[in-house]
Amino acid sequence: MPLTNDIIQCKLTERFGDQLTGFEQPYGMLTFVAPKDLNLKVMQFLNDDETLKFRFLTDLTAVHYPDRKGEELAVVYHMHNLEDNIRLRFKVFTDIQQPDVFTATALFSAAGWMERESYDFFGINFVGHPNLKRILNVEEMDYFPLRKEYPLEDQTRIDKDDEMFGRGGHIGN
Amino acid sequence: MARPVRFNVHAEADVKLVKEGPEGYMGEGFFTTSLDKVVGLGRSNSMWPLPFATSCCGIEFMATMASTYDFARFGAERVGFSPRQCDLLMVMGTIAKKMGPVLKEVYLQMAEPRWVMAVGACASSGGIFDTYSVLQGIDQIIPVDVYVPGCPPRPEAIIDGFMKVQELVHNRESVRRRNGERYKELMESYGIQ
Repeated sequence: MPLTNDIIQCKLTERFGDQLTGFEQPYGMLTFVAPKDLNLKVMQFLNDDETLKFRFLTDLTAVHYPDRKGEELAVVYHMHNLEDNIRLRFKVFTDIQQPDVFTATALFSAAGWMERESYDFFGINFVGHPNLKRILNVEEMDYFPLRKEYPLEDQTRIDKDDEMFGRGGHIGN
Repeated sequence: MARPVRFNVHAEADVKLVKEGPEGYMGEGFFTTSLDKVVGLGRSNSMWPLPFATSCCGIEFMATMASTYDFARFGAERVGFSPRQCDLLMVMGTIAKKMGPVLKEVYLQMAEPRWVMAVGACASSGGIFDTYSVLQGIDQIIPVDVYVPGCPPRPEAIIDGFMKVQELVHNRESVRRRNGERYKELMESYGIQ
């Protein structure tokens, strides 16, 4: 019997009970939410289980939802079962005041750079990461640019003439 | 089908096939002029460009170097990839802030006299990338002699910019550019020794 999303969901529910929530299948891809303390356990289970065999970490990224108070930052894991060619996605949410999430580097080496990138742009503190520092941006940057806290254009700039950019005004205004 | 844009089809433009020699005093079998004019003439017709191409403007530069536009006829045949040997740094493309120190290092490695050309909107001003990661014009870190507008500029524009550089080299500079007061001030303002 081929592996389907429903079987995967059953397996996960059997193992973790109602701790996993928000199961849905947008565009046929199984998606769910896990508590942030369980992210490694879920990943380990998906990896080790003899029928699930999700042994490839396709992507690891983050999203900022400014309106979800207390759980503003989401870390998203994409995993792939290469044998049955099935993908799934799960998210963990964390408070922006203390964005600590356990690192997946012990399970997947590929998580190393992707976690550095998520740290670089969203400021997620991956607890246990061997080398958590900026990877793409300049090292002296003191903010996390992809958080939705900043206007798309820097309003305080004085080096551009706004008239040339359809915003009116002159240099320095 | 003919291409819609054509250049000099009516031959009205003032095209000079041979450049006139520099000002001087000529007689039978000899010619005298000042040293800086001869040196300027030589330099302007044998510029060695160092292409620092990071994006689409670099593609336009490739077209400029190729046979149709034939950059070589301006004496810039030899595109060098060693800063030590080159006279003209051509910055073509978006320069991210992280690339800034690299660009400055390349500029510092060039021997005097050196000229810089910012090709395209990104190199000149950051262009459309009004954002946290992009340097808003290379003139924030190194002095620029000629800016070429366009996004990306056509090869004609790059050639026009290059001819402006030639003009600078030929007529506007003394032999030892680095001894000029203005040039020293400019370098000082960028913190370059």
